[in-house]
Amino acid sequence: MSSIGTGYDLGLFFSPDGRLFQAEYAYKAVENGSTCIGIKCKDGVILALEKVVTSKLLKPRANPRIGSVGRHVGIATTGFIPDGMHILKRARDEANAWRDNYGSAIPGSVMADRIGNYVQLFTCYSSVRPFGVMSFVAAYDDQGPHLYMIEPNGVYWGYNGISAGKGRQIARNELEKLDFSTLKMKDAVKEAARVIYATHDEEHNKDHEIEMTWVGEETNGIHTAVPDELLQEAEAYARRTVEGGEDEDVPMNE
Amino acid sequence: MSFLELTEPWGKPSKNIFFPTSNGVQQNAAPVNSRTVQPIVTGASVIALKYADGVMIAADNLASYGSLARFFDVERLTKVGNNTIVGIGGDVSDYQHLQRILEDLEIKESNHGDGYALQPSHIHEYLSRVFYARRNKMDPYWNQAIVAGVDGDEKEPYVAFADLRGNTYTAPAIATGFAIHLALPLLRKVTDDDHWKTLSKERARAAIDDCMRVLYYRDGRSLNKFSVATITADGVDFQTNQSVSSEWAFAEKQYGYGTQEV
Repeated sequence: MSSIGTGYDLGLFFSPDGRLFQAEYAYKAVENGSTCIGIKCKDGVILALEKVVTSKLLKPRANPRIGSVGRHVGIATTGFIPDGMHILKRARDEANAWRDNYGSAIPGSVMADRIGNYVQLFTCYSSVRPFGVMSFVAAYDDQGPHLYMIEPNGVYWGYNGISAGKGRQIARNELEKLDFSTLKMKDAVKEAARVIYATHDEEHNKDHEIEMTWVGEETNGIHTAVPDELLQEAEAYARRTVEGGEDEDVPMNE
Repeated sequence: MSFLELTEPWGKPSKNIFFPTSNGVQQNAAPVNSRTVQPIVTGASVIALKYADGVMIAADNLASYGSLARFFDVERLTKVGNNTIVGIGGDVSDYQHLQRILEDLEIKESNHGDGYALQPSHIHEYLSRVFYARRNKMDPYWNQAIVAGVDGDEKEPYVAFADLRGNTYTAPAIATGFAIHLALPLLRKVTDDDHWKTLSKERARAAIDDCMRVLYYRDGRSLNKFSVATITADGVDFQTNQSVSSEWAFAEKQYGYGTQEV
């Protein structure tokens, strides 16, 4: 890899074959980040982040990484964490400015667009570096649920289900099996836990913590953490299904 | 900038002095002063009292344009979070701006997602600071406000006053505007000497209705349509479109009322 971009990767300018190497290298920062998935179902959006617990000294559940923006938007980032925190702050500024100017909640599509444009800005100048994160925007506005993912070069798309980070390939395979048009929020929480468990690397069996938030009809349009009991139920279901056998992707009965 | 560009103004007379503008605008005139000197569209009184289980706050739904009763559906009680109601009288445009400020405050706090919620005492302190800061600029938000709710882990009943000058105080019964003179004595009768700690919800509501009736009779800028909010440890109970009974038959006996029969 080190020989590929020689000379053209030390700044943000095009290489002879039309590539921005710095913008591409930013994706590498994300590839090793914690697995993050988003599921947009009929009546809401779920964001799930799998955090590897790096030290027993860390207080469980004390360091949430998925942030709320306004009341109805949630943003999760994976990759280079400080960059993610900065994007969260920018998103909050955008949402506040929208509310100041228009007196209403920022629509999900506008939020994604603002972040996309902001991220793209940092691929224009060599005096700055691109953001090393994939940003997931989950929103629930009067148009319904929205899920967007913004990549390090500023491009973004709307998704029904998407993943990023270490386990993204396995996660994407699992997500493709879901029927998003009929999935409801409570079931999506269980499926999200299952997908995360499915991406676990058994060799490096470190302690991990799932952080999950949701926004939609179940939460009256407010982005908030998934309640503890529901999360525990989901994790139990995930453990049963994933350890029981790879073929089971039928949701458990209540 | 090149050095040559820096030499541009040398030897040139100041534009302002040698080439005054033709529309006669004074270049050295004092800046146009723009500050609130009088309220335009106004809300009237707000009353609030503590009782055994929480607090009750009420305000009518009228916005007056001087002596004209102009808008009949103005909600002057604003919910802030799940434990506080702010009732505001005075200039309505300033009230609407304060609503925005309080909503922004609430959103910023909820974004932390740390399980803490702003308490009525915090909101009162914040609002007082906002009022006082503007008062120091001689450009006040022309309002009198009551912050009512249940405060802290113990869910203590809390009512406090803040006005356009940054004056604040807290007491078991509070009123703004005309109600200070007409309603406060009635509220104090049921809340004084810690009596509010054993005051039932029904008696508290009766006291509120009594005051609203007196205000309807005697305040020339009031309306018999109001909202009452009750805040307890269980949350906020918001009742709109309330009204009180009133007797106007005596008017027939007044000389000059209606048509004269002689």
